[in-house]
Amino acid sequence: MPPLSLLPADVLTLLLEPLQQAFIQRALAVGGLVAVVCAVLSCFMTLKGWALMGDAVSHAVLPGVVLAYALGLPFALGAFVFGVGSVALMGWIREHSRIREDTVTGLVFTGFFALGLVLISKLRSGVDLSHVLFGNLLGIADGDIVQTVLIAVLVLLVLLVRGRDLVLFCFDPGHARSIGLRPGLLHYLLLTLLSLAAVAGLQAVGILLVVAMLVTPGATAYLLTDRFGRLVVLAVLSALVATLLGVLCSYWLDASTAGCIVVVQTLQFGLVLLIAPHHGLLARRRANRLALAATTSAGSRPGSAP
Amino acid sequence: MASQPATPSLEVDDLTVTYAGEPVLERLTLQLPEASLCALVGRNGAGKSTLFRAVMGFLTPARGRVRIAGLPVPQAQRRQLVAYVPQSEQVDWQFPLRVRDVVLMGRYGHMNLLRLASAADRRAVEQALERLDLLPLADRQIGALSGGQRKRAFLARALAQGARLLLLDEPFTGVDLASERLIIDTLIDLRGRGASALIATHDLEVIPRFCDRVALLQRQLLACGPTAEVFTRGNLLRTFGLTDQLPA
Repeated sequence: MPPLSLLPADVLTLLLEPLQQAFIQRALAVGGLVAVVCAVLSCFMTLKGWALMGDAVSHAVLPGVVLAYALGLPFALGAFVFGVGSVALMGWIREHSRIREDTVTGLVFTGFFALGLVLISKLRSGVDLSHVLFGNLLGIADGDIVQTVLIAVLVLLVLLVRGRDLVLFCFDPGHARSIGLRPGLLHYLLLTLLSLAAVAGLQAVGILLVVAMLVTPGATAYLLTDRFGRLVVLAVLSALVATLLGVLCSYWLDASTAGCIVVVQTLQFGLVLLIAPHHGLLARRRANRLALAATTSAGSRPGSAP
Repeated sequence: MASQPATPSLEVDDLTVTYAGEPVLERLTLQLPEASLCALVGRNGAGKSTLFRAVMGFLTPARGRVRIAGLPVPQAQRRQLVAYVPQSEQVDWQFPLRVRDVVLMGRYGHMNLLRLASAADRRAVEQALERLDLLPLADRQIGALSGGQRKRAFLARALAQGARLLLLDEPFTGVDLASERLIIDTLIDLRGRGASALIATHDLEVIPRFCDRVALLQRQLLACGPTAEVFTRGNLLRTFGLTDQLPA
């Protein structure tokens, strides 16, 4: 029995070996770009409390994807139409009925998603359901890459130009209106960007997990900073690290790529939740204990504490 | 007051606002001249916030019209003529913004499409921060401020904006005495430079200290005019239907 005696350099070579594979490089490039777009948007989702909206939009695009493939159109077009359409429909029902917002959201997106399932089973669209649901980053087709890159660039450009107005809209829509901006338009602009990012994200991790890309990096970063600029940078960094580690893990373990990426993201969040300097659980506990110690030593007698 | 300036800061003409068919403001006509600080007094639910929302164009009135400096509201807003200082409950204080970032938002309407701050924008922000004694706190997260400091930050934003008409919703609620004095002094300053403000407040004590006008509201306008004439025991009794808590 030869002992397992690998040199550190050998381990490193072994670990990084997948990076030399062309399909891994493609997966990292596309996944990284999608991660950046979704991470920037996740900052807005976290602050606006739109996680459920992200989940809804990503599910509602399924019939659009199937129809687009069946008709030979770009999948992004179909997905986008149904994403924005579902958002508009949810808004309309909420305004014209007594049904509460979360009920309308849950109702509309499951309805669209079910329609997508029916279409997949009846139309000869060539859509592989499992790829749409769970992503297919390692086997992504050239045409899909082009569409994803175009969407990503478009979303980032819009965010670059209108990002500050969107932050203002999230923080204080009243002030946005008072300086002549139109909060209604900004609301729909943000929802449109969300739809586009969901479309890009489902290429990487699929419909079921794209909401993680649109929520987790922003939430993780939000525990680490009180500045919006840093929030965006930290969200992007955490999403990029998660994509790299997720893709590598999925190669080493021969496990679901989307699953690995999102598991890494969630572990990042858990770690940060625990150890974040000010907003983490440990820091809060320490602060509480210090405050308690200060009050007991200053005020009540030692015997009265339990 | 015989020769009023040609265009009032705020002109509300026959304004009626309804919620679900019920009028919450009824046939309200009100003029606020230039360089005037007007208190807006009324019970809870008297329509003060509704009047603000109508003036800011947040809701569409059933009838009547609002003009700011002689202009329709959207036009006045695009010219940065009007600023709104909201009630504290309307703001997410956990938002990752510094005090300085919030005040800078007052300048967005003056900036180009990319919202890149110019030297003039930065100067306006620094001046506003200094006027409200917020420079030492400028890099704090907005929620780390006390109640009075938060109000001052939002007033600083209105100042940086350079608005000619300010709407302040309960600026003295939960505010310490030092902040109260700073806010009042700043408003008096603004009046000296020709700006006007409409101030909704439950704090009747402070009104005679700086308001030159008072408007009493109970769904309709009960009275509006110079403080000495309108801010009387009889009028306040009529507005509140109460006898305790009133100044003699």
